[in-house]
Amino acid sequence: MTNSPMRRLWIGTAGAMLLASAGALAQQAAATKSAEIVIENFKFVPATLTVTPGTTVTWSNHDEEPHNIVNVDQPRRFRSQAIDGGEKYTFLFDQPGTYKYICAVHPHMEGTVIVK
Amino acid sequence: MDRDKADSPGASRRGLLKCMAWAGTGIVWSVVGGVPRGLNLTDAAYAAPADGFTFVQISDTHIGFNKEANPDPNATLQAALDRIAKLPKKPAMLIHTGDVSHLSKAAEFDTAAEVLKSVKQDIHYVPGEHDVIGDDGKQFFERFAKQATPARCYSFDHAGVHFVGLTNVLTFEKAHAGGFGSEQLEWLEKDLKGRSASTPIVVFAHVPMWPIYPQWGWATEDAPQALSYLKRFGSVTILNGHIHQVVQKVEGKVTYQTAFSTAFPQPKAGEGPAPAPLKVPAEQLRSVIGVREVAVAPAHSLAVTDITLA
Repeated sequence: MTNSPMRRLWIGTAGAMLLASAGALAQQAAATKSAEIVIENFKFVPATLTVTPGTTVTWSNHDEEPHNIVNVDQPRRFRSQAIDGGEKYTFLFDQPGTYKYICAVHPHMEGTVIVK
Repeated sequence: MDRDKADSPGASRRGLLKCMAWAGTGIVWSVVGGVPRGLNLTDAAYAAPADGFTFVQISDTHIGFNKEANPDPNATLQAALDRIAKLPKKPAMLIHTGDVSHLSKAAEFDTAAEVLKSVKQDIHYVPGEHDVIGDDGKQFFERFAKQATPARCYSFDHAGVHFVGLTNVLTFEKAHAGGFGSEQLEWLEKDLKGRSASTPIVVFAHVPMWPIYPQWGWATEDAPQALSYLKRFGSVTILNGHIHQVVQKVEGKVTYQTAFSTAFPQPKAGEGPAPAPLKVPAEQLRSVIGVREVAVAPAHSLAVTDITLA
């Protein structure tokens, strides 16, 4: 797979060097692309998050109850340990796709990360 | 939802009548200690086991929980054990219906085992969803339920009563609620086959085995199939935890009951945004957590007494 974060970082850096004025491009190419999903009142907010490949998604648990993040695909792409109230979990999405997940402690909690 | 189902006996007239009807065929239900008493049959509950035996259900100890609803679940578990030690009749065994730990951490299981080692009787455990986070219960079964089959269930007999421990917290991802899975259901069918219909059966599992409030996962998806194997028996007592409050339902010869937590209460079904720990003033906590004594009379009628820690 040529679209690894490192390779895109290199391309991005080269692109930024060539296009000194293209600040936005340099920013987008940084390997630290990130997005956040807040867990509040037993809901994932936003319930559907769309990001570009190479984005690190952080789930922040604002509830007092612990939650976890379990991808429902077979084979499973990601599964966190318990995320207690006030704790976070991060996962780097480097492959395009639609990833549905639940909290296995409270399985009525569902969310989706779309990577494209 | 049918709110009547979520009411504890005494909270509604219909609940009271249901219980009285069942009392006539063998089960006596009562609540002791700070909770409104639905039935004035407490004496009967204590009298019943004269020549039978009793056992105790504890549930949802949540060792590792450290939030406002109960900053010290170790102390309330200890208080529960102290309360059990004071029961007039020494229980033959304890049953723990899961959520031993809060986050499935090894240190939490260590602490739970440390507090519970003062119990002289056998403790029969089934896991809650808080005990299987991240490892499908590997640690839990190694430490607390080695006797479980690969399908994560087991059974044993005591004084003519057949006890069945089931796991309904490993299929949450598929069911969006509790579930046993086909392997366990096959095991249950075989386990019950050939037993006399007069054998009293006690089934214990974490998540309620009837749909109390599926929106919060307070249900077991494939419980109807389990019940299809159980319904030919004359006395079936189903003991669950998970919802941190006492709720009862009677359906023919089957009684379902959820138990208090020893750690903290939860809201009634559908009250508030989520089944989160319910905060009550510290001085009230022990009146909304507790343990359950089940008395089995020689004629194999069962009497259930829920006892708060107040």
